[in-house]
This record gives sequence, structure tokens and C-alpha cells, in this order.
Amino acid sequence: MKLFGLVWANLFRKKTRTVLTLLSLVSAFLLFGLLQAVSNAFSAGADFVGASRLVTQARVSFTQSLPMRQLRQIESVPGVEAVSYQQWFGGIYQDPKNFFAQFAVDPDRFFTVFPEWVLTEAEKERFRTIKASAIVGSQTAAKFGWKVGDQVPLESTIWPTQDGNKSWIFEVAGIFRGKDSEWDARANQMFINFGYFDEERQFGRGAAGIFTSKLKDASQAPTVAATIDSMFENSPDETKTQSEKDFILGFAKQLGNIGLLVNYVLFAVFFTILLVVGNTMAQSVRERIPELAVLKTLGFTDFTVLFMVLAEALLVCVLGALIGMVLAVLLLAFASGQFGIALDSGNATLWIQAICVAITLSFAVGVLPAWRARSLKIVDALAGR
Amino acid sequence: MSKTLISLRGVSKSYTRAKQSIQVLDKLDLDIAEGEFLALMGPSGSGKTTLLNLMGGLDQPTTGSINIDGTPIERLSSNQLAAWRARNVGFVFQFYNLMPVLTAERNVELPLLLTNLNAAQRKKNVAIALEVVGLADRAHHKPRELSGGQEQRVAIARAIVSDPKILVCDEPTGDLDRKTADEILRLLQSLNKDYGKTIIMVTHDPKAAEYAKNQLHLDKGKLVEAMHT
Repeated sequence: MKLFGLVWANLFRKKTRTVLTLLSLVSAFLLFGLLQAVSNAFSAGADFVGASRLVTQARVSFTQSLPMRQLRQIESVPGVEAVSYQQWFGGIYQDPKNFFAQFAVDPDRFFTVFPEWVLTEAEKERFRTIKASAIVGSQTAAKFGWKVGDQVPLESTIWPTQDGNKSWIFEVAGIFRGKDSEWDARANQMFINFGYFDEERQFGRGAAGIFTSKLKDASQAPTVAATIDSMFENSPDETKTQSEKDFILGFAKQLGNIGLLVNYVLFAVFFTILLVVGNTMAQSVRERIPELAVLKTLGFTDFTVLFMVLAEALLVCVLGALIGMVLAVLLLAFASGQFGIALDSGNATLWIQAICVAITLSFAVGVLPAWRARSLKIVDALAGR
Repeated sequence: MSKTLISLRGVSKSYTRAKQSIQVLDKLDLDIAEGEFLALMGPSGSGKTTLLNLMGGLDQPTTGSINIDGTPIERLSSNQLAAWRARNVGFVFQFYNLMPVLTAERNVELPLLLTNLNAAQRKKNVAIALEVVGLADRAHHKPRELSGGQEQRVAIARAIVSDPKILVCDEPTGDLDRKTADEILRLLQSLNKDYGKTIIMVTHDPKAAEYAKNQLHLDKGKLVEAMHT
């Protein structure tokens, strides 16, 4: 710690240069924070769900519905405990930027298969009994100020009602929370009473987008999936059954491999930063060769001098990373509020990743100048050789 | 009779430059007593600075032995030599070689960062060193805010702050006007007389050399003349 003052003073010997270097690092880590949060948002549910559920969709595409008769057949497969079905609703509340996901579900089946969503018994009962009703996640309800009993109008982008218009109105039967704080943060969907939806929609009756099977034993998932798909092989409604996690990842990949794309972009950014900061560090040490020689003259060991140069690199990289990440968190909080998307940059993993990248970067940019400082011969350096 | 502090036996030093071996010092024998103020003189290329560097532990002889206060420093490793320098030698350079980003106080503190002293003790020692060189009122100034003479005083304070036995000065007045040079030389004289520091000073300037107790002349890597001032 005694040397911190010296390291800090050396870092800011040329303020403009250091500030510009810091700014480039801040930009890189800001981008890192933003892009990783976007990437995480796409795979968020995937990491969250357990392995005890299977999703069955139409083999061709999940946009194609499956007939409801398949429900009983799937239920009969050994290893399946319960089956729920869902249909994407695709509604807009007032403005497209108020996006949140809506699915039509069967209340009882839904409560059995998705126990992570918590409601009071009274709310569950209302959802069962009020036909044109929906339950809303606590995040979404809080965002729009909805409470139980409110009438929520939605404009469906897919489903017209019997009279041909796409305006639907649902009563908020309950507001669900997650089973714990992590699930709570994801309680941002709306689930509509399937019975009413199916009755009122103009087309596609008697079909659902996907079937979700809750398994008795997660280890049986591959066998159960294969059995389900084999039952509908060579039928007009062939299926593709996969784990819930794979289904969610597959859904995200419809937009391309976001994670890979993010990694490519970040690699390019950090490679450029490596060159920029590396050059700056090398230049900074080159300018200070006589001063480093004086430090060695005074008794600083080769290792101490090497450590000091590496510490400078570490300090500038970690400082840049922290500022960049804090800015990313602020921007994401703003964006989440504006667009209603859960963009989470506050999780510990992302911060640990950023610090690891900063440490690796500092070592990469600092090691050569530090080694040069360590290896310099006092007599030659003082003589300007 | 003072005891011998520095003893050189058969010390040679050669460098290789542009694939040519250059003999800078040639089988030198020399004894320097504790409390000595010695001026090393001679023409450029005579080996004065090389000899100074060897006695200061900045360089190692090609052959021969250098014993300083009982320590054969030619046998020390790089790290051992660094630690030895920190304890035993203070350095004063022609161009002061202060850290431009640090204040006078922080420059003087540098050698103490390698000791176990706490911040308060370091601050006290720095204040004493600056007092000795007459710059207590400039403690918070950076080198660029000081005159050449003041910078050299800060450098001397840095050299004495850890209380080394030996001060090694390479042309300490080479960059100063006559009046300022005399002030610096009187300061060195005072450090020798009043604080018992053994001072070895390389200089081209005969007037500067007159401040020393003894003078040694080198030519082509050999001692050619000793003179008592």
C-alpha cells in the first residue's frame, strides 16, 4: 500500500493521455455491460428453468399450432406427471413499446405444471371462474399500476374475436409473484384464461402452441421426449419435444446466435483496446526509463519495479471497467424502465466477468513494459543508452 | 586513524560496445577511510563514473573485489545489492533525477518506502532531511517549481533521509552556476564534517574538488595521482 501513492502519481503524470485511455476503457466496458445484459436477456429463462419439464411443439415451427387431442396422448406417456398447454397471444397494451408476453393457459393445468408462480387461493379461484380473466406478473402489474378487478384492454396482433376485431378485454383476476426473489424479478408476463380465449377467437380453435409436460423424474427426459415424438411420427402433426431450456434457447436463436454475435463484437472491441492501452503503457514506461533507473538506484528491486508497472496497468483497466460497468447499469436501468425489458447487468457473474476481463487485459498490456522496466540496467539507463 | 570503509582490490571493468571490448578500469587498488570526502577527477572516459558506480553498487566489476564495510558487494545478487544500496548508499546525480510527479517531500520519502517505518515516522524523517538541506519551506513544491540548486538540495535530502554511511555524488554541481554550486558543496562538506558521511564525488571542476579532503585522479582506468586538499 505504501507504493500506491507512487503508482497513482505515475498513472496521472500525463492527465490528458490517461483520461483518454480511461475513456477508451470505459467505452469498452460500457459496451461489455450492455451487450452481455442483452445476451443474458435472451437466454435468461433458459438458465432459470429446471430440467423436469419438456416442451412439445410442432416439428415444423413453434408458430404452427398442435391439435388439442394430442394432450391426452402426451398425458398417457409413462413418466409424464401433468401436462399444460399454452398459446401465444401477442397483444399490445396501448403502445407497442409497452411490450410484455401473454399466453393463454388452462388455469388448473398451469398451476400444477408451473408451481414457481404464486397466487392466493382466492386469486386462483377467480382465474378459474371469471371467463374473460387473466393473471398478471407483479412486475407488469406494478409497471402499469394494475390491481385485481381492473379491466385491461389488449389489441392482439394475431387473434381476432368472433366479431372480427382484435380488441380484447381481460379482468385482472390475480397478481402472481415468483416463489423466490429471483423468480419474482421475472414475474412480468400475463396468463389469459384459455377457455375464454379459445371460445372467442375467430380461428385456430381446439389447438395450442405448445404442450409443457411436467415429469415425474427429470432423468427420464430423453426417453419421454423420444416417446412423445415417436407417437406423432408420420402424422399430419409431427412434434418436436425438447427440454424447456433448449426450447427457450431455440426461441432466442430465431433472432440469430446472440451470444456468439456478442462475443465476436466484444472480442473485436477488446482487441482494439488491447492495442491502444498497450501502446500507451509502453510509451509511458519508455518515457520513464531514467526515473525507473533512479528507483532501482535507491534500492527498489527488479520485482518491485515490475510490480509497479503492472499495478499501473491494473489500476487503469480496473478503474475503466468499474466506471464502464456502473454506466452500463445506469443505462440498462433506464432502458428497462423505458422498454419494459428485464435487462439485468447488476448480477454478480457479469461483474466478476468484467473484473476478470480487466485483470487479463491489464496483464496483457502491462507485461511487456513491466518486463522491460524490470530488466533495465541502471548504469545504461542513467547514461541514456 | 579512521578505519577503512571501502576497499577495492584488483578491480577491472570492461564493456562491450559495438562488438568491441573496452577496458574502462584496469586492476585498480583503492582504500577509502570512513568519514572521507574524496573527489574523483580525470578527463572524460577515464573511468571516474564507472568507479563511482562500482562503489555505489550500481554495477559489478569484471574482475576483482569490492569490500564495503565488511560486505563483499561483488558477490551479492541483484536483489541483495538493491537492499544493500537502500541501507548503505545515498546517490546524488548531476541532473538531480527527481520524480517530476512527486512533491519535494514525496521525493525525499522514496527511499523510506522500502523500510518498515510507518507513515508518521517517514514524515518525521523527511522533515528532518529537508531541514538539514534548508528546504523545509519547499516540502510541498514539485521539482518544476524549484530552482536547480533547490532541486539538488532535495536530491541530497533524498540521499541522506535513510541515514546511509556513504554518499555517492556524480558531478553534483555540473548543472549549477558557481554561487549555487558553492552552496551545494558547502552542504556536502557539512554532511561530511557534522554528520560523518563518507562522500565520494566525481567532478571535472577543480574548484569543486577543493571542497573535498582528498582528490584522486584517474586516467585511462588507472589511478595516476592522489592529492591532499
